[in-house]
Amino acid sequence: MALKIVKGSIDRMFDKNLQDLVRGIRNHKEDEAKYISTCIDEIKQELKQDNIAVKANAVCKLTYLQMLGYDVSWAAFNIVEVMSSSKFTYKRIGYLAASQCFHESTDVIMLTTNQIRKDLSSPNQYDTGVALTGLSCFVTPDLARDLANDIMTLMSHTKPYIRKKAVLIMYKVFLKYPESLRPAFPRLKEKLEDPDPGVQSAAVNVICELARRNPKNYLSLAPLFFKLMTSSTNNWVLIKIIKLFGALTPLEPRLCHSTSQMSFLFFLSPWLSPSSLSTSNSTSAMSLLYECVNTVIAVRVFVVVVKYLGLLAMSKILKTHPKSVQSHKDLILQCLDDKDESIRLRALDLLYGMVSKKNLMEIVKKLMLHVDKAEGTTYRDELLTKIIDICSQSNYQYITNFEWYISILVELTRLEGTRHGHLIASQMLDVAIRVKAIREFAVAQMATLLDNAHLLTGNTQRNGICEVLYAAAWICGEFSEHLENPMQTLEAMLRPKVATLPGHIQAVYVQNAAKLFATVLRSQEGNTDRTAAQETSQLMIDRLPLFVQSANLEVQERASCILQLVKYIQKLQQKDVEVAEEVNALFAGELNPVAPKAQKKVPVPEGLDLDAWINEPPSESESEDEKPRTMFTREETKHSRPRHTEVDEKELAKRREVRKQEQASNPFYIKSSPSSQKEAPGVDHIPVVQIDLSVPLKVPGLPMSDQYVKLEEERRQKDRADKKKKEKKKRKEKGGRRGKRDSGPESEEDITPAHMVDIVTEEMPPTAICRSVSLVPPLNSPPCVPSTCQKSSKHKKKKQKKEKEEKDKKKKKKHHHHRHHSDGAGEESVQNGTVEEEEEPLPTISDAPTCSLASPPPFRQVCDIQGNLQDGSQVVVSLIFENKCDSFLKAMEFNVLDSLNSRLQRPDGAGPHDGLTVPFQLPPGVSNEARFVFTVKSIVMPQKLKGTLAFIVKNEDSSTHEKLDFKLHFTCTSYLITTPCYSDAFAKLLESGDLKASSVKLEGVVMPFPHLLARICFHHHFSVVERIDSCASMYSRSIQGHHVCLLVKTADQTVSIDAKCDEPSLLSNVLDEIKLTFSQC
Amino acid sequence: MHFLLLFSRQGRLRLQKWFTPTPEREKKKIIRDMTAMVLARKPKTCNFLHWMDLKVVYKRYASLFFCLAIDDQENELLALEILHRYVELLDKYFGNVCELDIIFNFEKAYFILDEFLIGGEVQETSKQTVARCIERLSSLRNSCRRLRL
Repeated sequence: MALKIVKGSIDRMFDKNLQDLVRGIRNHKEDEAKYISTCIDEIKQELKQDNIAVKANAVCKLTYLQMLGYDVSWAAFNIVEVMSSSKFTYKRIGYLAASQCFHESTDVIMLTTNQIRKDLSSPNQYDTGVALTGLSCFVTPDLARDLANDIMTLMSHTKPYIRKKAVLIMYKVFLKYPESLRPAFPRLKEKLEDPDPGVQSAAVNVICELARRNPKNYLSLAPLFFKLMTSSTNNWVLIKIIKLFGALTPLEPRLCHSTSQMSFLFFLSPWLSPSSLSTSNSTSAMSLLYECVNTVIAVRVFVVVVKYLGLLAMSKILKTHPKSVQSHKDLILQCLDDKDESIRLRALDLLYGMVSKKNLMEIVKKLMLHVDKAEGTTYRDELLTKIIDICSQSNYQYITNFEWYISILVELTRLEGTRHGHLIASQMLDVAIRVKAIREFAVAQMATLLDNAHLLTGNTQRNGICEVLYAAAWICGEFSEHLENPMQTLEAMLRPKVATLPGHIQAVYVQNAAKLFATVLRSQEGNTDRTAAQETSQLMIDRLPLFVQSANLEVQERASCILQLVKYIQKLQQKDVEVAEEVNALFAGELNPVAPKAQKKVPVPEGLDLDAWINEPPSESESEDEKPRTMFTREETKHSRPRHTEVDEKELAKRREVRKQEQASNPFYIKSSPSSQKEAPGVDHIPVVQIDLSVPLKVPGLPMSDQYVKLEEERRQKDRADKKKKEKKKRKEKGGRRGKRDSGPESEEDITPAHMVDIVTEEMPPTAICRSVSLVPPLNSPPCVPSTCQKSSKHKKKKQKKEKEEKDKKKKKKHHHHRHHSDGAGEESVQNGTVEEEEEPLPTISDAPTCSLASPPPFRQVCDIQGNLQDGSQVVVSLIFENKCDSFLKAMEFNVLDSLNSRLQRPDGAGPHDGLTVPFQLPPGVSNEARFVFTVKSIVMPQKLKGTLAFIVKNEDSSTHEKLDFKLHFTCTSYLITTPCYSDAFAKLLESGDLKASSVKLEGVVMPFPHLLARICFHHHFSVVERIDSCASMYSRSIQGHHVCLLVKTADQTVSIDAKCDEPSLLSNVLDEIKLTFSQC
Repeated sequence: MHFLLLFSRQGRLRLQKWFTPTPEREKKKIIRDMTAMVLARKPKTCNFLHWMDLKVVYKRYASLFFCLAIDDQENELLALEILHRYVELLDKYFGNVCELDIIFNFEKAYFILDEFLIGGEVQETSKQTVARCIERLSSLRNSCRRLRL
């Protein structure tokens, strides 16, 4: 038996342990799967052995493999075996494996019940603890039912360590087996007042979680929690309690005030100083909240995180107190510049709620800039939808100038790869239909779009945007009377390229080409020359067959119908018949918006029974898939278009008159305002930008919307000026009765919109036909090309240049500094630190000046650590990288895990964990030096910094990313700087009595005394002050100004060093290092 | 808390802890999603993400990403604090912890985690107490370890 044990343990010497496995996997990067499959075979062998230690080892390795994604469910039974080991070490591994690998459907869990119960009642608290921990991960309803009682008992265990765990596990048990809650609750409640704070917080945790699910039952605990809240100082517990109150407040309004106040405080408490906590306690909750958000955004301590949370909080405040958030518009706009998408999206959400008539243009302008800059289509699409949402919210409430909006929409069509073409399209349609005054402008814009359609459709990936052409075609057709050059547009719509567009767009093209044709005919027939009209018909006849062949049914149908019509028209034309009037009658009548639910309001005429069948239904009901009603405008383009072909002008006028009368007497109609009389001249005043058609869209694009911003400002200014004039008058009239009026920023009401939208809502009368459009024409004609934009861009460039220059300067400065520094150090002896290799299991500490890094060396790294003379807290590490392999090394990233004491200095703006890029690449065999500056707080202790050097090894055919872990050893010696000292100054120093003494004896040093001194000077940066025979005094200074004095004596192979320094720990460390140097030689 | 993942910058998983039982397949999918999502984030972006109905709080420590998924109602800052606390504990135990420590001693990393969190709840808020427990447990381990594991 004993022999067996011995044999087993000897066998195990040759087994792989976890570390071997991990290392093996790391060394078999190319054939990892193969390596692991052999490992699994080994593990299977190990699991067959009787020795529990071997099994535990095997299970431990399996757990690792499980994490790498390998299936280990086959070993479930072995895991149970290891769990039931009597030794804690193995038991723990077993439970760990179980908690990682078991889930509710693992059948062996059934077998574990008794084992777990045994462990729970074990006299060893750690056995119990491990069982509880494991149980928390794989508790099933069955286990919960069977073990609920045992765990409940453990809640009163003598050891807080167990009580705490038991309380927390109880929550899991409640979830799996809710019946256990009732009997366990009294005990749980008791634990709220447990003497151990850990148990207490565990109980708070559990009750808080329970209360979140069912707050009603826990209302009675509120006073108890209130007491806890005021007495506890543990933030973690406080946060839980606040959360609990958050769940309770909806049920008990009295809790609300205090909770909101406290929660926000605690929410911010890590970033607020304690003083601000106490002062704001007395103020009301709301102002505090507001104050906190202010602080969050203004303080910028923990910038990104707090920014995000601040924005989140703001969006909540916005719902109740929009005014207070609006004043932070600039800050929120700034957040749009953030690199972080999460933050930008939050800011966008906020902006949606903050727009007003006053700031809409500004905000959208800013957003448009972002659209141009934005990378990644998802964010850009999000921006696009947000822009449209913002503008169109509550029936375009905030838009004062629709020309501006149309140009924004046109600009948006330039977006590549957006999915929201249909959104833009529907907006265009909506605006063009509802804002009469804008039609002329819109049509001009749309004509340009159609003309440049190839830009939109050129790329198949940009499919989404061609939806815009749908709107453009429809608008041009429908409002063709506003077209400046309808012929050109007609040609654009009949280009062969159109056939590549999606079917439904083609259909609209065809239909609207017909409308255009009608318009063109009318204008051409007015001329004396008839040939032009005939040519137009010929154009239609030439081009339409392309559409007749279309695979799309609707296109085909419309095209063939219109083709025949045109052919007929041509026949008539050849007989010199005037057809224009009749053709136009095809499309006569004006389209008006109707509220979506207007139909409901039409009373059913007497004698009409809507439920009666007109015809008996056919035996088989035809299933007609109804198209979802997207929006009414689109619907209308297809079907319901009232055509009054037979109604002559007289009749129409009569009807109109009757209707007006009717409306005048109907209080629900919006009366046509007197200003509508001026409509016609008003339209003339609309500034229509001259569009240079030879240049693609971009030119009319960008500057346009900007121009409106400017225009708007001018308009407002004028408005204000007018008002002021009036006011002045008033004031004159009223004399000195009124004091000074603040001439602050204009209020919301002051802004008069340039155009009005037809607001079609349910409140509108069912047949809303006549709408009042009050048009306030822009007061100034627009400048042809706004110069603001160009100016600003120029300015930007300049700025960038300047910045660059500044940067360059900085760089130079740095260089200079370095050079200066190295010059200074060059006179002194070379100062060394060590670099230590970590690829091999046992890092060897060597004080040799150079040390190569990786064992299969692609690389040699030589390190030299020296203190910075100018700055007592800086250490410069020069690293010489030498490429010893045959591959090209590049993209080297040097990173060191900062410790509390020392930090790698990273460039401004870099995060604390970012690596530094080594500013060169290494061809084979080349070496180069890089310097890294570290900030060191305390220099009295040596320290090791772990770091990694990541780099890319580039071969001819492949490249791999490699990583090298290393340790930087900052010895205390490296903080010393060789400083010459005169013997009298040295003596004075020793006499001063400020220095603490220490000494060390080195045995068996066989080297001549001068060599010994040279060695100390070289390795430890000392200088000899005086030497008398076999006795010498030496001196050095640390970068922080500590004096280190040595008295070195030698007598037959024994060297005694008496030392003095004003920092004892520094001294002892230096002496240790000296000792180490000599022990190695 | 739903799960805690540690993975390297290359997306290699270093540690996973599931506080709610999750089927193996789903775990794999989640891990894939998480690594892809978190690694795609640029440096110096904020530490929060929304994923499905969970909030994902992540933080990078040296070459390791610590990634914790919490409920919608839980406190993100607290989650960050938990991650940080865990790193502190690891640091205390390993002394200047680095990724390799966790790779080679992954079971210890788990044991430390188990003393700090249990079933997705914070078990012990006092750093000292946790450290003491871990210390005691590892001494217990050493005393009964006769041969190398």
